[in-house]
Amino acid sequence: MNSEANQKDKGKEGGKKDLIRDWIILLLSAIGAVVLLSFFPGKVEPTTSTALNYLTEMAWILPAVMILMGLFKVWVSKEMVIKYLGKASGLKGILIAALLGSTPTGPLYVAFPLAAAMIDKGARILNIVVFLSAWACIKIPQEMIEIQFLGLKFMAARLVLTVLLVSVMGLVIEKIIESTGSISPELE
Amino acid sequence: MSSTATIINGLAVLGLAISFFNGKEKTLRSLKVAGKSFFKILPMVLIIVVLVGLLLGFVPPSQIEKLFGAQSGLLGVVTIGAAGAILHIPSLIAFPLAGSLRESGASVAATAAFITTLTMIGTVYLPVEIKILGKKFALLRNGLSFLAALAISLLMGLIL
Repeated sequence: MNSEANQKDKGKEGGKKDLIRDWIILLLSAIGAVVLLSFFPGKVEPTTSTALNYLTEMAWILPAVMILMGLFKVWVSKEMVIKYLGKASGLKGILIAALLGSTPTGPLYVAFPLAAAMIDKGARILNIVVFLSAWACIKIPQEMIEIQFLGLKFMAARLVLTVLLVSVMGLVIEKIIESTGSISPELE
Repeated sequence: MSSTATIINGLAVLGLAISFFNGKEKTLRSLKVAGKSFFKILPMVLIIVVLVGLLLGFVPPSQIEKLFGAQSGLLGVVTIGAAGAILHIPSLIAFPLAGSLRESGASVAATAAFITTLTMIGTVYLPVEIKILGKKFALLRNGLSFLAALAISLLMGLIL
């Protein structure tokens, strides 16, 4: 699973390799499931009915989620993110950071260079922390999947608590970094 | 179709319409990106479908409840939170898994801990984060994220 970390360095070939790996894992788990179930015929019914249930739920939402992610990816540019976050401050800054982090798609390592660029431009550490955390765990399409499988109340409570706690965490990190010198990105 | 699915599909259609109105070419590009990501994530989704089926088919809810249920307390939350921090599962796919744990008797706090550490902490990305944002920032962020995730989960357990 470590391969994902250096995905940045590999081109299309690497993506294809990952895809082939995923299909092989799927094949193996399917074979494993069939073998296991052949030993426990009594478990066939509950297992397949749960699996089918999940499959239908995913089939209803996954295409739409993918379309929303595709739209975000094309319409929300990195330049836009840097431009808006660089000058935001206060409570508004936190909200903008959360919003900007939650709309673009892509793995977390895409966000690191953006964060470094924003620090260079003088953005607050607090906002950077909120931005990175939002990028990592508040994605609008994902929130919808969360509603689907865990319910609206669960998702809403987790969302609000996450923004609150991440802001507190951002303040703490900002204080620590400010009191111990600069953050020195790209120097270590 | 559940109401959530209706809303998501409605939003997708609305988004597409607005996008199309503002730029045909960009809309086509979005759809291409969407198609590509769909096929990229498809095997993972199917793997989770198989695993969730087996999990619910074989592991009795009483077992899950014992490990991660309300009476498992802080230990259950910390254990599942640590698992979430180390594991590297795309969060899109983690929600169905978390949903099945919850259905089988895992507590709200344990479910929230799993999802939150899974998404918030990227152990796999830590080397890249250190390289780009510095050791101090990266370690502080990931370390405090674990504490924040635990706090979020315990508060969720109290609220819901």
